[in-house]
Amino acid sequence: MPLFWTFLIVLAIAALAFVLGRRGAVARTAGDSRQLHSLPSYYGWYSFILAAVPALVVMIMWIFVQPIVVEMRTVSALDLPEAVSTADQNAAMRQVRTVAMAVQDALASGAMTKDQLAAFATDPAPMGQALRDAGSSMLVTVTPTLYNAVDVYLGTSNMLAWIMTVVIIGLSLAGVFVAISRCRPDFRARNAVEKVTMSILVMASVIAIFTTVAIVVSMVFETTNFFSQHSWIDFFFGTTWSPAFQGQSQLGLLPLLWGTLYISFIALLVAVPVGLFTAIYLSEYATRRMRSIVKPLIEILAGIPTIVYGLFALITVGPLLRDYFAQPLGLGTSGSSVMTAGLVMGIMLIPFVSSLSDDIINAVPQSMRDASLGLGATPSETIRQVIVPAALPGIVGAILLAASRAIGETMIVVLGAGAAAQIGLNPFEAMTTITVKIVSQLTGDTDFNSPETLVAFALGLTLFVITLGLNIVALYIVRTYREQYE
Amino acid sequence: MNDMRIVERLVSTNEIKIAARDVNVHYGSSHALKGVDVDILNGHVTAFIGPSGCGKSTFLRCLNRMNDTIPSAKVTGSILLDDEDIYDPKVDPVRLRAKVGMVFQKPNPFPKSIYDNVAYGPKIHGLTRSRAELDEVVETSLKKAALWNEVKDRLHAPGTGLSGGQQQRLCIARAVATSPEVLLMDEPCSALDPIATAQVEELIDELRTQFAVVIVTHSMQQAARVSQKTAFFHMGNLVEFGETGQIFTNPHDPRTESYISGKIG
Repeated sequence: MPLFWTFLIVLAIAALAFVLGRRGAVARTAGDSRQLHSLPSYYGWYSFILAAVPALVVMIMWIFVQPIVVEMRTVSALDLPEAVSTADQNAAMRQVRTVAMAVQDALASGAMTKDQLAAFATDPAPMGQALRDAGSSMLVTVTPTLYNAVDVYLGTSNMLAWIMTVVIIGLSLAGVFVAISRCRPDFRARNAVEKVTMSILVMASVIAIFTTVAIVVSMVFETTNFFSQHSWIDFFFGTTWSPAFQGQSQLGLLPLLWGTLYISFIALLVAVPVGLFTAIYLSEYATRRMRSIVKPLIEILAGIPTIVYGLFALITVGPLLRDYFAQPLGLGTSGSSVMTAGLVMGIMLIPFVSSLSDDIINAVPQSMRDASLGLGATPSETIRQVIVPAALPGIVGAILLAASRAIGETMIVVLGAGAAAQIGLNPFEAMTTITVKIVSQLTGDTDFNSPETLVAFALGLTLFVITLGLNIVALYIVRTYREQYE
Repeated sequence: MNDMRIVERLVSTNEIKIAARDVNVHYGSSHALKGVDVDILNGHVTAFIGPSGCGKSTFLRCLNRMNDTIPSAKVTGSILLDDEDIYDPKVDPVRLRAKVGMVFQKPNPFPKSIYDNVAYGPKIHGLTRSRAELDEVVETSLKKAALWNEVKDRLHAPGTGLSGGQQQRLCIARAVATSPEVLLMDEPCSALDPIATAQVEELIDELRTQFAVVIVTHSMQQAARVSQKTAFFHMGNLVEFGETGQIFTNPHDPRTESYISGKIG
């Protein structure tokens, strides 16, 4: 029985459990639900949870364990030599899986019957052709051993799937009975449901943390792999980036790091003053009507996909800077430049800086403004001498968060700054960033064992460490700021 | 009401500092203050009492045009400070607020040092020519606010680190530092404990020798203790205005009497 149906049956049983649990609890008080410890629906939800949750948890675990069991039995059926390598074993298993898949498809579409399949047991040679005739694209020649293994594979899978269905439905029904027997008037169903709610919330937050940890672990693993093949001195201190897939590549981080920091710096030079002044205008001077119009308009900027900003950089800003600034000043002839990417990225970051700073400035208590205005200060004196200093830690936090976004940006750089890894001071020259090189090292036909590919993970980890550091500093600053007023 | 004591104090002058005539305030469509006439005298403490929402704080905020910072507020009528209409277009509200200082309900020191809090006003208005002069202004202001002895060794510690009562006296010192002519206090003791309240009240009595003091208070005992003139507001109207002793012992208006005796409000 397909998994989906099992799932639906469990849900149906749980829904039934809801009705039975609720009714049972009410019935035990002779219809007077006020005698119950909790509201009747809590007994219903308790029964629902008991019927659904254990069954579904077992189902999920089963889904993970089943392939392992199937694989073990299939491998023994394959009758491989003792000293077989992992790679060979994996290749053999892949064959088994391909054939098994084709057989399942053929059986499901009716192109092959079970009897026909059984007939191949004595002479499996024509089976490959038969499967291809049934619409499969697999090219494996079926040997008797392979036939045997496929047979074991399919048999075990089938059997385990059936056992799983029975176990899960049984578990679900058992849950219903336990729940109904527990739903007495003095049972604290409300508290029990509350506990389950809490554990669901805990699980949700744990998933996010686990994923982060898993990402970091996989990055660290690949990075160590890279450093075992390539010198770390060249990576961290090399000033040349020239990957060559024939070997002998120089993979220096510095040109990429320089490009990243240079472009981010220009972006912040644009975004911080504009964003901050916007925030000050909106929170201190704008009338309520003005604010209700301007704020959403600025936030639209935040909703534009970065690839669109990239196109803007490539088609409009790049040529404009080249024709009106770089060429007349003799600074360069390239449409792609650090300046182009920096300016456009700065525009992208404006709403980020302005809306965070706006919130922070608004959080400065009104009493501070009253005190300053009451002493005869003008609004701008109040802003300069009282509000901005009071909000400064929060504003710095906002800027650091914007910086970590600028550092991680890819699309605008690809289209705006080009892909030339170099160190230079001229902002009208093409440069590139860490993120762009990660993309270019991993796209196309790649062999995940060469240092030229693995360097992407080292770059990624470096980037992660930089942005993590910035975020930690930003959060620390924002937190100390909050302590001041709460 | 038993602990209420009426203190008769010598009042040297009777010159009018602020004369308000027919003052009306509208917040959008609500009429918050209706035709108020009050004279604030030099050398007096004038107390505004009345139940919450009666318009006493609104009127106080008219006196230094703090209502200008609320977009929906509209003030009509005339308020003369030394015979000059403060709502005249020629008057700069920023200059006015330097002359009419204000102390707020909750202590609101800036997140700066004690010294910088007091020096804020003089610095903005350029009242001092040298650092030494500024030091002196800070010292005298803190002395006037009876805070000098407690903070003279830690002038550069943050003002927010002081206790509630000390913070409020710091705010008074800050207001005093611009040498105002009138000091407005909006329930200055409502966030303070009884001991700090007593200190601030004592201070108010000393301050009236230099400024005209106007205080809004919810505590009738406080009005009786510190003021010479009392104005009773009710539902946006000025019900009665007179000598504090007369208001508390022999009110003319039945509404004043029922408020004083605790029947309304």
